[in-house]
Amino acid sequence: MTLPIQLLWVIPALPLLAASIGALTPRSGRKLAAGTAIVAMAAAFLVSCSALLGALAEPAKHAFYNFAWFDLGASSVRLGWLLDPLTAFMCVMVTFVGLLIFIFSTGYLREDENFARFFCFLSLFAAAMLGLLVANSLLLLFVCWELVGLASYLLIGFWFHKPAAAAAAKKAFITTRIGDLGLLLGMLWLYDSTGSLLFYDAGQGILEPDTLGALAAQTTIGGLAVSTAIGLLVFCGAIGKSGQFPLQVWLPDAMEGPTPVSALIHAATMVAAGVFLIARVYPLMAADQALAGVPFHALTVVAGIGAITALLGAVIAVGQNDIKRVLAFSTVSQLGYMMLALGVGSWTAAIFHLLTHAFFKALLFLGAGSVIHAAHHEQDIRLLGGLRGPMRLTFLTFAIGTMALAGVPFLFSGFWSKEGILHAAHGWSVSPLPLYAGLAAVVLTAFYMTRLVAEVFFGSPRSHSAEHAHENPAVMTAPLTLLAVCAVALGFVGTPAWPWLQARLNGQTAVYGHSLLEGGGLMILSIVLVALGLGAGWAIYARRPRVSQTSVDPLAANAPRLFAALGARLGFDEFYAATFGRMTAATATFADGLDRYVFDGAIRFLIRLGEFAGLVNRETDEDLLNGGFDAGSEALRSAGKGYSRAQTGDAHSYLRVAAIGFVLLVLIIMLGGLR
Amino acid sequence: MNSLPLLSLIVFTPLAGAVILGLLRGLNPATSRALALFFSLSTLGLGLAAVTGFDPAQTSAQFVERHEWISAFNAHYHLGLDGLSLVLVLLTGVVTPTALLASWTVSRNPRLFGSLFLGLQGAALGVFLALDFFHWFLFWELSLAPAFFLIKLWGGPGSSRAAYQFVVYTIGGSAFMLLGFAAIFAASGTLDFVQLAQLATEGTLGARLAAIGGWWPQAVFLGVLLGLAVKVPLWPFHTWLPPAYAEAPTGVSMFLTGVMSKMGLYGFLRILWPLFPAQLHDASGWLRWLALAGVILGAFAAMRQTNLKRMIAYSSLNHLSYCLLALFAVSAATGRAGMSSDASTAALSGTILQIFNHGLSAAALFFCVGILESRARGAVAIGLNDFGGVRTDAPIFSGLCGVALFSSLGLPGLNGFVGEFLIFRGVFGLDPWAAGLACLGLLATALFMLTFWQRVFHGPRAGATLGGFSDLRGVEYAPLVPLVALMFILGVAPQLLAHLINPLVTSWAGHLTLP
Repeated sequence: MTLPIQLLWVIPALPLLAASIGALTPRSGRKLAAGTAIVAMAAAFLVSCSALLGALAEPAKHAFYNFAWFDLGASSVRLGWLLDPLTAFMCVMVTFVGLLIFIFSTGYLREDENFARFFCFLSLFAAAMLGLLVANSLLLLFVCWELVGLASYLLIGFWFHKPAAAAAAKKAFITTRIGDLGLLLGMLWLYDSTGSLLFYDAGQGILEPDTLGALAAQTTIGGLAVSTAIGLLVFCGAIGKSGQFPLQVWLPDAMEGPTPVSALIHAATMVAAGVFLIARVYPLMAADQALAGVPFHALTVVAGIGAITALLGAVIAVGQNDIKRVLAFSTVSQLGYMMLALGVGSWTAAIFHLLTHAFFKALLFLGAGSVIHAAHHEQDIRLLGGLRGPMRLTFLTFAIGTMALAGVPFLFSGFWSKEGILHAAHGWSVSPLPLYAGLAAVVLTAFYMTRLVAEVFFGSPRSHSAEHAHENPAVMTAPLTLLAVCAVALGFVGTPAWPWLQARLNGQTAVYGHSLLEGGGLMILSIVLVALGLGAGWAIYARRPRVSQTSVDPLAANAPRLFAALGARLGFDEFYAATFGRMTAATATFADGLDRYVFDGAIRFLIRLGEFAGLVNRETDEDLLNGGFDAGSEALRSAGKGYSRAQTGDAHSYLRVAAIGFVLLVLIIMLGGLR
Repeated sequence: MNSLPLLSLIVFTPLAGAVILGLLRGLNPATSRALALFFSLSTLGLGLAAVTGFDPAQTSAQFVERHEWISAFNAHYHLGLDGLSLVLVLLTGVVTPTALLASWTVSRNPRLFGSLFLGLQGAALGVFLALDFFHWFLFWELSLAPAFFLIKLWGGPGSSRAAYQFVVYTIGGSAFMLLGFAAIFAASGTLDFVQLAQLATEGTLGARLAAIGGWWPQAVFLGVLLGLAVKVPLWPFHTWLPPAYAEAPTGVSMFLTGVMSKMGLYGFLRILWPLFPAQLHDASGWLRWLALAGVILGAFAAMRQTNLKRMIAYSSLNHLSYCLLALFAVSAATGRAGMSSDASTAALSGTILQIFNHGLSAAALFFCVGILESRARGAVAIGLNDFGGVRTDAPIFSGLCGVALFSSLGLPGLNGFVGEFLIFRGVFGLDPWAAGLACLGLLATALFMLTFWQRVFHGPRAGATLGGFSDLRGVEYAPLVPLVALMFILGVAPQLLAHLINPLVTSWAGHLTLP
């Protein structure tokens, strides 16, 4: 059964309903809140599957349904739903991965007193993400985009009594909002030049050829096409949300949230939103491709930022000692790959990697959560170790996730999706640098993941918490198992031999054949690089496992300063604090000082001037005028006394008299007028 | 037309209530509060009655009452209501009762408090409905007296100075406005806004003023501008605002920011812009910079405040400056070749929506700070660093306050977003660089709002929270729940307000010409 397009809103509405119920549930209603959240998510999954069936029947079609939100001028501001294979695949992924994370959370947060609230926020997160996916309007997408930001704020700061969590939540919101302002400006520009924000609207939409042609034909500052400038502004939003360089700083801090939240942020929602946004507005981003003589194309910037991010994330991940932070930087790096793929023109490779990554990254984060939960919230890999035995299932699934992420050949989904990206980068005519960055990141990825696995699961336990760790209940391991199956199986829908997924995303119903040997040299090279990374990691970390918490990391022993710099995330936070942080503080001080000293000073001066005039007035009245009459008139003396009593110099009593006089005057005039 | 003088009822019911409460000396506190609430609710009831009889498609004033009054001034008793007035009447109808509910615990002479408050409400409504300068100005000035006493007698320790500064500053501004209108009357012989606007469109008003002396049109414009600029306030005429808002009792702060600041904006839209289109157009080039300064420096100054009420006060400056920015952008672009009327429509619609939405969110935020104040047990000033971890003990209060906070920083899905989006959309179309710069205000707002939230509600218990912090109870729900409910409703369904004003704004934007 396929879903009518008018009812597409049901997908986000289901978790939204669960969120509203959760918001009104008291703290004691744990089962109710978790139950509704899970049931709603499962239902949304089923509805998404039905939507997917509908989309696959006509993969080239962008089915939409638009409606008016409110009147504006002669027309109205319109929103709409959109269903195409991109939306449908993403919805299925988000609801499925989300559902498993929800189930896992019932175990992970079993002892938390705000359990009910947690499921409310999770549902809100999922609802906002799904709303973003089904939106047929950049405005509606932006609305959901900001709500995704809100939900992540609430969840990162879920343990709000911890100052670090509260600070991380704020940092995430502010950092992403910096990017969002770019997106907002891009949106305003689009709205102003096209009069619409609908993606598809029977030829009038902003992603349809007529509009795009007009946008690409105009030029703006710096000789750029208007479509390029708008595309870059929109990309700013994606940079913030997807943790791309130079706004990647919030993502590692977001680890302060409970681990299922990290899984959700890093796999299904939030960071995926940025890549999805660029994928959604891809016709806009690519509108300037045909233009010659422009300084650069929008997608070139996307590719450059993606390549830098892919390499940067992988480099920094090598020096992290927190299990979640290693994974966080690996997300940064992998999102860089996806942007790189979009930038070099391989839309399908990016989406394929987005989907496979969602599964294996959710698997890795939930695996990390399983470890952390078992080890009494110990996250430092130097204090873990030896968990291979007591946590067999977690270890196995984590290993599968690792191999998928590292791109171990043939059996694992990550290999196929990453191969697609590397091949696309290889075919890019503008510059070979993204390919080199991607290849370098391949080695590093395999290396830091091996290091992570070796430190956590091999050797011997190096702390009391790690010694007493034991496997978690089925409610937590079952999602791991399912995700592990997906991390393997998903690769086979997109192999070069049978590129079913890519074909559907491209809008083709028939699957065309592809030679496995095409670009075979590159595939061999990347397999070698993976082997190199794995082997080096194994040699350095697994063959001689760490013996105590304090023993020096082998890398640190050889290059202490480099390792320390990596551990300090190359100083981005410090740099921003020293520049933007100071600038903000200085502006605030300036604005406040202006008020306190300049403007308020001017007012005080005027008041003093007024008081001085009053004083002069009183003195002249009393000494020069009253003085003359005082001697002469006994009758006026009492009145004079009363008058001088009134002249207290107290502004308030003046004012009171003035007010009474004013009211009397008003009354006289009004009565006079009525007569 | 309707035989019932609906608009007079709207204006004079609260004023009658003020007189009744003022005269009934022996009234006990509970009855006084209930009576004041009853009279203040009349505005909402009558305002909704006006909505049912209101025809949005008709862009001229409706429910008009016009009677001969003082022939010496050619002054008429002239009331009328269009979409703009209606929105403001509804806003007053929502904010005043909530402000009175927020003042439920005022124990010192609640009878006088209620009486003054109703006087304030009636005066504000008079301003929003009067169409003749004569009684418009009476109401305008009349609002100051109750506000002065409410701040001075029920306010904080520095309230005397703040009230004094507030009143003197505002009267100082209005004195110029009065002089300006004296000149207008001398030149045109009428004080009727509708007739004056007509004259202005034809260009005769400026010509007649110029007949007195070449610089008179500019001087009169500046006088009126000054009176309105102080009231809104326009940066840098805002320094009375933080102390007044900070020292006023909670309910009065809610009214000051929710309704009274809108009197100034209303004046801009109803008087300054229609009467002086050419002068405003000429001045908009630099007025725009002042509005931008209000947007940006207002938000940044808020970041530096440790007193929470001052912080919200500065955030009001920032929010109201968006409205002025939109108006000035429209005015500056008037007459420019290829000016987009879509952008003007958006900017002006956004302004009116922002007027309403800011009223809701700022009133709610002031109430929340008032709650913090009441829980702080006699702390002198309510500081950013005097609390911590409030959310642990008071989840319901924190949740509702959080909604108000996110509404204020323009989160989509809540009411604040739609107005701000339309303003930005309009300003971008007219003046892209101004819109780009104004984004800094959005960022700074998010920064200080979230810092407020982080310091007070998050983290471990600290300061005044150490001894426990009781959640909302009893009557404390009454102001916050309706305001928050409206934030959700208007965030999802802005059409409820938009359909009241859209034809009016469309007609404004369609008739943008310089005489």
